[in-house]
Amino acid sequence: MIFALATFGILLAMILVLIRLIKGPTLYDRVLAVNSFGTHTVLLIGVVGFWNGRPDFLDIALLYALINFVGTIAILKFFRYRAIGDVMWTPPQKDEDS
Amino acid sequence: MSEYEGILQLLSWVLIAGGTFFVVIGAIGTLRFPDFWARLHAASVTESAGVILLLAGLCLHAGWTLVSVKLIFIGLFLFITGPTSTHAIANAALVSGLRPKSQSVPTGNPDEYQP
Repeated sequence: MIFALATFGILLAMILVLIRLIKGPTLYDRVLAVNSFGTHTVLLIGVVGFWNGRPDFLDIALLYALINFVGTIAILKFFRYRAIGDVMWTPPQKDEDS
Repeated sequence: MSEYEGILQLLSWVLIAGGTFFVVIGAIGTLRFPDFWARLHAASVTESAGVILLLAGLCLHAGWTLVSVKLIFIGLFLFITGPTSTHAIANAALVSGLRPKSQSVPTGNPDEYQP
């Protein structure tokens, strides 16, 4: 029964974060929402795996946590250097001293 | 063993309920806070408290099995990458010029008064 409550709570949290993803004015709100959504997916996989009595879903949850982190860093790197591979140039620092 | 079963079951239920509570609270905070920096704080609430409590509750439910080891690995990994990714997002936002609305970030020189 507690797993039903946990699953409902996590799904509710995912919907809220999705609303932030759509509404987020700045890019970094959206990156934050995607990162948070990924963590919620990890928890959801764990809880639903336990709920159905098959806890071997946790490998998928662990993998998802790995990929989620890499994805967040990749997005940030792309928007920082306009390139994911080897960075050829560094954009001028915007008002660094303020 | 039977009396431990009840206590462990109750404890895992309490931990899972607490974890879910923090996950929902963090998500509400991520949605309703006015500023990116406040949302960053709210999102890290779910990242830390929600994850640790929920995984601890699942660990208690699973007992001394391989499943708990996997859960501990997930918790350890999220414990390391959570703050790291939050820091990366905050650093990227700061470098790109996004400043908190209240401008209460101390700029260092004493004579510049900030509200």
